[in-house]
Amino acid sequence: MGDTLLQIHHLHTSFFTQLGEVKAIRDVSFRLDKGEILGIVGESGSGKSVTSLSIMKLLPYPGKIVSGEILLDGENLVSKSSRQMRRIHGDKIAMIFQDPMTSLNPLFSIGNQIVEAITEHQRISRRKAVEKAVDMLRIVGIPSPEKRIRSFPYEFSGGMRQRAMIAMALSCEPELLIADEPTTALDVTIQAQVLRLIKELNDSLGTATILITHNLGCAASTCDRILVMYGGQIMEEAPVDEIFYDPRHPYTMGLLHSIPKATAREAQERLVPILGTPPDMLHPPTGCPFYPRCVFAMKICASREVPEFVISDGHRAKCWLCHPEAPRIEKYEAQKGGVRHEAAKE
Amino acid sequence: MKLQKSNCSLLEVRNLKMYFKRHTGILSRRVEYVKAVDDVSFSIERGETFGLVGESGCGKSTTGCSIVRLYKPTSGHIFYDGLDLAELSTKEMWPYRRKLQMIFQDPYASLNPRMTVSDIIGEPLDIFNISKGRERRDRISKLLEVVGLSKSHASRYPHEFSGGQRQRIGIARALAVNPEFIVCDEPISALDVSIQAQVINMLEELQEQLGLTYLFIAHDLSVVRHISRRVGVMYLGSLVEMASTEDLFRNTLHPYTQALLSAVPVPDPELSRRMNAQVLEGDVPSPIDTPRGCKFASRCMRARKNCFDSAPSLRNVGSEHYVACHYV
Repeated sequence: MGDTLLQIHHLHTSFFTQLGEVKAIRDVSFRLDKGEILGIVGESGSGKSVTSLSIMKLLPYPGKIVSGEILLDGENLVSKSSRQMRRIHGDKIAMIFQDPMTSLNPLFSIGNQIVEAITEHQRISRRKAVEKAVDMLRIVGIPSPEKRIRSFPYEFSGGMRQRAMIAMALSCEPELLIADEPTTALDVTIQAQVLRLIKELNDSLGTATILITHNLGCAASTCDRILVMYGGQIMEEAPVDEIFYDPRHPYTMGLLHSIPKATAREAQERLVPILGTPPDMLHPPTGCPFYPRCVFAMKICASREVPEFVISDGHRAKCWLCHPEAPRIEKYEAQKGGVRHEAAKE
Repeated sequence: MKLQKSNCSLLEVRNLKMYFKRHTGILSRRVEYVKAVDDVSFSIERGETFGLVGESGCGKSTTGCSIVRLYKPTSGHIFYDGLDLAELSTKEMWPYRRKLQMIFQDPYASLNPRMTVSDIIGEPLDIFNISKGRERRDRISKLLEVVGLSKSHASRYPHEFSGGQRQRIGIARALAVNPEFIVCDEPISALDVSIQAQVINMLEELQEQLGLTYLFIAHDLSVVRHISRRVGVMYLGSLVEMASTEDLFRNTLHPYTQALLSAVPVPDPELSRRMNAQVLEGDVPSPIDTPRGCKFASRCMRARKNCFDSAPSLRNVGSEHYVACHYV
C-alpha cells in the first residue's frame, strides 16, 4: 500500500480510578496508510473508543497514556501539549462521534459551527469560510445548503446531523478522520447513506479513515483492513477478506458465528453464541483476555501472555493456536474458513 | 364485554389506530394528532413468532405497547383468544395482564435500581398472588435458573449485572406469571454482539419449552429473519408488507422493504461488494401531517402520479403475502 500516515507503537492507556488502575489499552500497535479505511471492531469495553481518544489526546479524567508512541506523519503526538493538539484537531485529525444529537451545540446554527472550525485553522475571511461551509454541506448531500446553513441542530433529523458533523470534520481537509460508531444511533437506511458517504469521501478526497464499529456488517462493506479488539488488546489484524474468510483467532470466529447469516437457508440456523461475559478490566485475566470464554482454551492460555503470530503479510493474530507447535484441534481447523455466505459463493 | 370468536389465531389485531393528542400553538388551542399507529391489522398464531420491523418512529413499539394495553387504542380491535382487549376497562384487563407480558429494550432503564433481583422478579408474583413465603423463594430461584442466572444472584441489585444479565432478569420477570404471549420490544438492540446470540438462543429455547407466542419487534432485519416465522414491515404507522419470513426475504415486493433490505450491511465482504445498496434519499415524513396518498411515495423510486393521490391498501397477492403498493 501507499505511505504510512499513522503509526502506533506499544500504546498503553490506563484509567487511574479510586478502585485501582484500569488498563484500558494494553500494548496496542498498528499503522494506517494514506487513503485507507481501517475498521476497529470490538464490544463495549474492548478499548476501541479509548484507542481513538488516545490518538486525539482527548482522554477524559482519570485516563492517561502510560507509554507508547503515536506517530502522525512522523510527529509524536504523545509528547504534545493540549495547546499544540488544538492546532492538530480539526486540521490534521478530525473526529465524528457516535451521537449526533449531543455532539452539536444546540445554541449555534449549523453554519456557525462549521465556520468556526474553518476559521480556527485557516486564515480566510468569514465570507469565504461561509462559502466553504455551504460547499461542504453540499458535498455531504444536504439539500439547499445555502438555506440550511442557518438552521439549528434541532431542525435537522439524526441522519442530517451526522452529515453536518461529517461536513464539519472534513471542512479543513484533515489527513485522518476518526469515526467512532458514526451510525450506531441511526436507522439502517440512514446508516447506509452515511457509510456510503464516508466511502465516497474517502475515494474522492483520499482521507484516511478509522471506522470504529461493533457491527461486523458495517465493517465488511466499508473497510479495507480490520483490527479486532478485545480486553484492551488487538486480537487479530488482517485485510477485510481474511478476517471474514480466513480468521485465526477464536474470538473473531466466535463473533462471525454469533450473528445471523444473510442468506435464506442459513438464516434460520441456531446461532452459536460466545459464552460468558467480557472481562472486568479492573481485574483482567492473566494471559489471554479471551481464554475464560474461549472454547479452545489450553493451559498455556491462562498463564502466559500471548505473543503476536504473523500468519501472512498484513495478517497477525494473538492466539497460541497459531503457534507452529500448537495441537491440531479439528473444530478450530473447521472454523478457519470463516463465514462465506451461500450467495457469495455463487 | 364482547365475545367475538375469530379463527385459530391467538392474537388478532384489526384496524388498530393509536393517535396521540398534542396541543400546540399559543395558548395550546390548536390540537394535532400524532398518528403513531394508523390502521394496522395482523394476526399471530399460537406458538409462532411474528416479527415487526421498521425504522425508528414507524410505530412498531407503539403497536406492541397497545397490544399489552399500556395505551388505550384510539380505535380498532385487539382480539386475544377471541376477546377484544381494546374495549376492556383497566379492571377487566387485569386477568389478561398475566397472560400478556413484555420484555423491554433497555435493560438499564427497565429495572428499578432500588429493588433487588428477587424483589423485581417477585413483584408480579405478589401482585397476582401466585406464591408466598418459601414457595415464592423457590419459584424465584427456579426462574433465575431458567434464564441462566444462579440462585445467589437473587439478593443483588441491578447495577451489579452486565447488560446481558439484566436483560435475563427482565425476561425472568416476564416469565414469572406464566404468560402465553410476550411482546419482545427490541430485546437485544442494547446488547453487545457476543451477548445478543445468547439472548436470542434463550428466547428460542423458552419458546420451545413453554409454548410461548412472541411478537418480536426489532429494527435489525437479520435478527428478525432468524427468529420469526412471519414478518410485518411498518412505515410511518402502517404495514406496507407482510409475509412468511422466507417469502418476504426471497420475494420482496414493496419498494420500501427492498430498500430496507438492501441497506442492511452484510457481514460478508464479497457479498457486500456485489450488492448494490439501493440507498433511500431523504427522511421519513412527519407522522402529524401524513401524506394523503401512499406514505412512502415521497421517497419511492417507482412513485407515479396516483401514488400521491390515493393510498394503496394492504392486499393479498397470493400465498398469504400482503403488500400495500399500487404497482406490484
